[in-house]
Amino acid sequence: MSLTLENVSRVVDGVPHLSDVNITFEPGSFNVLLGRTLAGKTSLMRLMAGLDRPTAGRLLMDGEDVTGKPVQRRNVSMVYQQFINFPGMTVRENIASPLRIARMKDAEIGRRVAETAAMLRIEPLLDRYPLELSGGQQQRTAMARALVKDASLILFDEPLVNLDYKLREELRVELRELFRERNAIAVYASTEPNEALALGGATTLLHEGRIIQSGPGNHVYRQPVNIHAAELFSEPPINLINGRLTENEINFDDYAFYSMIPELASLPPGNYSFGVRPSHLGLVPRDDDDLEFAMQVELAEISGSETFLHVRNEHFNLVLQLSGVHAYRTDTPIKVYLPIHKLFVFSVDGDMVQAPAMLNREQV
Amino acid sequence: MIKTENNKAWFLVLPVFLLVAFSAVIPLMTVVNYSVQDILDPNTAFFVGAEWYREVLRDPRLHDSLLRQFIYSFSVLAIEIPLGIGVALMMPTKGRMASLCLILLAIPLLIPWNVVGTIWQIFGRADIGLMGWALNSLGVDYNYAANPGDAWATVLLMDVWHWTSLVALLCYSGLRAIPEAFYQAAEIDRASRWAVFRYIQLPRLKSVLVIAVLLRFMDSFMIYTEPFVLTGGGPGSSTTFLSQTLVTMAIGQFDIGPAAAFSLIYFLIVLLVSWLFFTTITHMDKSK
Amino acid sequence: MAEIQLSSLAHSYHVKPSASGDYAIRHMNHVWHKGGAYALLGPSGCGKSTLLNIISGLLQPSQGDVLFDGVRVNEMTPRERNIAQVFQFPVVYDSMTVYDNLAFPLRNAGTPKAKLQAKVLEVAEILELQNVLYNKARNLTADEKQKVSMGRGLVRDDVSAILFDEPLTVIDPHLKWKLRRKLKQIHEQFNLTMIYVTHDQLEASTFADKIAVMYGGQIVQFGTPRELFEAPNHTFVGYFIGSPGMNLVSVSRCAGGVTFDGIDLPLSDRLNQYLASLQTENIKIGIRPEFVQLAGSEMDDALPCDVQHIEDLGTYKIVTLKLGEQIFKARLDEDHAVPQGRAWVSFPRQWLMIYVDEFLVEEQAL
Repeated sequence: MSLTLENVSRVVDGVPHLSDVNITFEPGSFNVLLGRTLAGKTSLMRLMAGLDRPTAGRLLMDGEDVTGKPVQRRNVSMVYQQFINFPGMTVRENIASPLRIARMKDAEIGRRVAETAAMLRIEPLLDRYPLELSGGQQQRTAMARALVKDASLILFDEPLVNLDYKLREELRVELRELFRERNAIAVYASTEPNEALALGGATTLLHEGRIIQSGPGNHVYRQPVNIHAAELFSEPPINLINGRLTENEINFDDYAFYSMIPELASLPPGNYSFGVRPSHLGLVPRDDDDLEFAMQVELAEISGSETFLHVRNEHFNLVLQLSGVHAYRTDTPIKVYLPIHKLFVFSVDGDMVQAPAMLNREQV
Repeated sequence: MIKTENNKAWFLVLPVFLLVAFSAVIPLMTVVNYSVQDILDPNTAFFVGAEWYREVLRDPRLHDSLLRQFIYSFSVLAIEIPLGIGVALMMPTKGRMASLCLILLAIPLLIPWNVVGTIWQIFGRADIGLMGWALNSLGVDYNYAANPGDAWATVLLMDVWHWTSLVALLCYSGLRAIPEAFYQAAEIDRASRWAVFRYIQLPRLKSVLVIAVLLRFMDSFMIYTEPFVLTGGGPGSSTTFLSQTLVTMAIGQFDIGPAAAFSLIYFLIVLLVSWLFFTTITHMDKSK
Repeated sequence: MAEIQLSSLAHSYHVKPSASGDYAIRHMNHVWHKGGAYALLGPSGCGKSTLLNIISGLLQPSQGDVLFDGVRVNEMTPRERNIAQVFQFPVVYDSMTVYDNLAFPLRNAGTPKAKLQAKVLEVAEILELQNVLYNKARNLTADEKQKVSMGRGLVRDDVSAILFDEPLTVIDPHLKWKLRRKLKQIHEQFNLTMIYVTHDQLEASTFADKIAVMYGGQIVQFGTPRELFEAPNHTFVGYFIGSPGMNLVSVSRCAGGVTFDGIDLPLSDRLNQYLASLQTENIKIGIRPEFVQLAGSEMDDALPCDVQHIEDLGTYKIVTLKLGEQIFKARLDEDHAVPQGRAWVSFPRQWLMIYVDEFLVEEQAL
């Protein structure tokens, strides 16, 4: 089954929650909706589930208009941020509940519950009650309930947010595995760029109720259509500096000047925003034409395998993501190198003008 | 563009509409009808317009009982709300004692109004009542049947005994809903007991207090049974409240028209005061 | 500020604990030095919040002592210990303004007005709360509320320590980043003893100078983020720190080293002698995905393996390898070329850890 949203909008009490959303989810696809809190992720999911109806626009399932069809008559499952299970039922009965509602035969229910429980590795817990389980186990139970009924659309609304970091990592992998062989559409809402990348699949960026970009995760990551997309899909946040291009000069914030380089020569002179990901900045030049910035250390955050170095000059701040441990005292002068082929260039309006090449030039 | 596909949902609310219509709207309209007519017998009635309203509003009986009613209701609130909060604050939070307290508190609420009246009628008698006898033995000249002040005190005491539990139970449930982290944070911020009450408990009790104040106001404003059982509204008319005045008018004197006008005025007063309470309490901190 | 010492500490929520499983904290000795920035890291249910509440005085330990600057404080309330604590979910006094919230702990201590005002404004500025200073706390966003909660701890310059119990749980990722940095700066500025409880390794390692990793009611390692990363003392630390965690494979002894699935890994003589002297069969090797070296063509000391799966995570790639019957993960830079199908993997000896009964064998110490 495919699901298409056509010019969908939703306005609540005069406040637009979603504006002119157009998107198609292919059968068997795994989709990530990435956006900050209140970007409209939950509103969109509720529309797809049939819990709310759009103010304008249509929802089509396999081309058939289902806009007004209530949730009970759509074949949809949803997993929430909170661990929602029936507290008075055992895990087994919880998982079986959607099948009982569908009046399935007992033998078939037993078979399916066992199969789903095995998939989510909760077989030993089947006779326990949800409140006796850990958070991760409770959420596995909720997921099992969503997966057991073979829904054609499964919605995950930040399901891992309340779980431990490590558990999240494991469940993410499992979730991807579970969907590899299914024909259902999975839509997964998240606020975390790294989670979106780890889940893979198609990624849709949602910003203030609008879809700003969608496509394969790593493509969207490397080719953001505008500044919002780049900021949304970057953790740590992407470095942005206002600047100008003239006939023969690149100028960062009227402060750092460099002579023009071939990569940017084709762009018309004028004002731009330059962006560079923290991981692409370095403390040693990798190329002869790397741009050198004289900065001062503000703070070094060390995370075991990586260091986040916050540096500044009188005009702008930069963050570097370096592998390994680099301890620096505050106010140490430091030279930062920006590989020119890693530079994002945005217009004054925020539209992408030029994205970095996918690979190092040596490898191309 | 939007079609409502599931019209069946409306059938589910239909019984409620019918129920409300029969229980509230139709009787109310009957009263409105009576209040603008002079009914001589079942077949003869004249339209008199606002005549009954004018008469009732000029009636000193209404003025007196209305004043009495307000003093009474505000006294009830002034005593029961702080007392209820106090009881709720002192109650144990867990264990067997907590359940015992809850049961004890719930007992007065289970007793019918007229029984409460009868209990206090006997309890307060100077000859055979425990309280009346004890007070008189202590040298207090207490007689609710002869002394208006004593009658007032007894009716108030009766209400406090009967209904403070309700306020206490509501507050208790409100207090239980405050997350433990708030108390821990206050402990860490070195807050005094008073500061904990003022800045954590009271703000978070606000919504239950709105309900408690409204319930107690409306209920006490319509008090009838207890003073009727205790003293029949006396001595004199010292404990004759609005509802009793109304009943006397409607049934005792059979003045259907004025009684209907009275009822509507009464209803409007309750509605107005309740609305005032509700808006002032809910908007109290938004204005700041 | 105080040095906080835990001596033979144990805690159980059971009235009469019998099995060791009844204990949330098991026999713990530990010292938090004055002015340090510490993190207490572990999965949920490892006892870290229990430990924090014992330190702050919200909970009394079943056994052992808590000492502040050498003085036993077991029976003291948080007030007497002079501890500030920030909770997982923001706690603000709804009916007060942000200013009054920040001033609250100072007013309770009877601070003179001039000092109170100066302190509140200073903290409001650090936390960037100036714009909402006179707003009612109930109308704030979640992250502003949490900043107010933190601010109430920071206004007190006389505190023994500030404890944080997963304070960034409710915060959006892009703000988490800012707040974490803020906390670090605050620590450098005020030089307070701070203990930060979290399950997130990134939060722990960016905030703390030293991290205590808790597992099963005990601290299994206490070290700098670098130590935890480069030389995990326990297999749990290896698994828990790092994303993905350490590759851990059970091995058995063989001539000159250890072996799994017919693949021999040579070890030093000293290590071999030590392993030979042990009774246990529980021996594991561990190597971090960051240190696994992968090449597309044959190299010295490299073992042939199959590339099964590649995940592109933006700034880096995770490659899943099959060596023998075991799965290994390797973490490669964004620009690193990834071999397809057949590849050659090598484990630099420096980064290959040996674990006996789940604990690290330190070769130098043998």
